[in-house]
Amino acid sequence: MIRQVNNMNEIKAYQRVMNSRNGKRNMGGYYIRHIIDNFVELHGDRGYGDDPAILGGVGLLNGMPVTVIAMDRGDTIEERMKRHFGCPTPEGYRKALRLMKQAEKFGRPIITFIGSSGAYPGIEAEERGQGEAIARNLFEMMGIKVPIVSILVGEGGSGGALALGVSDTVLMFENSIYSVISPEGCASILWKDSTKAPEAAEVLKLTAYDLKELDVIEKIIDEGTKSEDEISSELKSFLVSELEAKKKLSSEKLLAERYNKFRKIGA
Amino acid sequence: MDFKKIFSFIKKDNSAEKITCKKCGAEHTVAQLREKLYICPDCGVYMRIGALDRIALTVDEGSFAELDADMKSTNIIGFPEYEDKLSKAEAASKLNEAVVCGTAAISGNKCCIFVMDSNFMMGSMGTVVGEKITRLFEKATKENLPVVGFTTSGGARMQEGILSLMQMAKVSGAVRYHSDSGNLYITVLTDPTTGGVTASFAMLGDIIIAEPKALIGFAGQRVIEQTTGQKLPAGFQRAEFQLEHGFVDMVEKRETLRATIGNLLSIHSK
Repeated sequence: MIRQVNNMNEIKAYQRVMNSRNGKRNMGGYYIRHIIDNFVELHGDRGYGDDPAILGGVGLLNGMPVTVIAMDRGDTIEERMKRHFGCPTPEGYRKALRLMKQAEKFGRPIITFIGSSGAYPGIEAEERGQGEAIARNLFEMMGIKVPIVSILVGEGGSGGALALGVSDTVLMFENSIYSVISPEGCASILWKDSTKAPEAAEVLKLTAYDLKELDVIEKIIDEGTKSEDEISSELKSFLVSELEAKKKLSSEKLLAERYNKFRKIGA
Repeated sequence: MDFKKIFSFIKKDNSAEKITCKKCGAEHTVAQLREKLYICPDCGVYMRIGALDRIALTVDEGSFAELDADMKSTNIIGFPEYEDKLSKAEAASKLNEAVVCGTAAISGNKCCIFVMDSNFMMGSMGTVVGEKITRLFEKATKENLPVVGFTTSGGARMQEGILSLMQMAKVSGAVRYHSDSGNLYITVLTDPTTGGVTASFAMLGDIIIAEPKALIGFAGQRVIEQTTGQKLPAGFQRAEFQLEHGFVDMVEKRETLRATIGNLLSIHSK
């Protein structure tokens, strides 16, 4: 991994955007390999197809059975083309929902890794109901009776990111972002000039520190000068303790807290 | 129908104002257009309907009581030019926000109703829109009432950043609790319904009705063309396309829309 520019709040929002998009950045697939034991990948939405931009399966987190779902852009250029550079299609969201329902059946917690510029904007994706697929996930996730923790590892692009993010706990890596629109898109609408993306990134309040302050996320993992292994092990111990704590709650309390967490945003 | 009486709850009498059809350029007064349900008398195109007129054309006379009418947006993340945008939107729509909520009766069936308005910042959803619709669903859940919602929106409102995006989850959660309580939710998708509104409460109705030729989709057409380099087929993302692909229950003409909603509410009445 390329060591990324990094120095807490000194860093401009747009540098965070660039860091989050860095092609060498470790994404969900990496963390599955490094913190989940005995991982078994499961495929398909049982309706139409299998979207490689979303990787899902089951495994053990420190001995605890978990379902893990990760947006995945792939490593090689061929993989990335096939995965639409990590932009999921409706089949990806439906596969994710299928696996979340399966996790609920077996009473195991869910971990989702989010990192994508957004849902894939294509003709076929629209024909197969991209909007419906995202809406369904938001609706269903609010009622899944097992703990859900989401980790923003890269770019969290709008509704396509949120579709895996209706969770009890949302964690952001310091160099991930989460935004309603890309800074480039925002700059073209606001100033008719996409080169003003750095200014747009500032006003959108899309960094981990902004979101923590706005009470939209629960935790930030500083990357600073930590090694990859240190980051993985910090993430792993956080997930273990968070999921252990959430597992102790009754499903009624878990769901009420999940709803209230989103309910209070902008009230 | 006595249109004067139906529209009497709209405080300012604007019936003599003139509106130009965007398709054919013909000019008609608001009074004339109301009688034609805002279908252009010259070219037959479905013109967009403001929230208050839509309510008047949908609910039983005198039955509408507005909720949270005074809620207004503020510039919560300090976004450039947002206050200016809001005051222009207020002037253009004569509304406080992009959605009007309330209780009403349709063919004698009591319900909660929300109607979005594209004249207010393209019907975009910020925290106030999200909060008003969430409150409406919570009220409907508590009082065991069906919800009828008319959508029109460009999506989540950029000017409130991530807080707008989170309204998608918040409203969808309120819809879920309403659904779990066994109550009916009907959505009527009107032109245009796109982005974060399509990807949340617009697509979550038990029954989804679309108006003829309404643009309904998630991704913007220009974005799709730029990303894929593909030319979009004729009728792409229109109501009829959504019917063909199985994402709406019906495409309903304005002349029969009100009766159809009334009938569906009656069938589900408890």
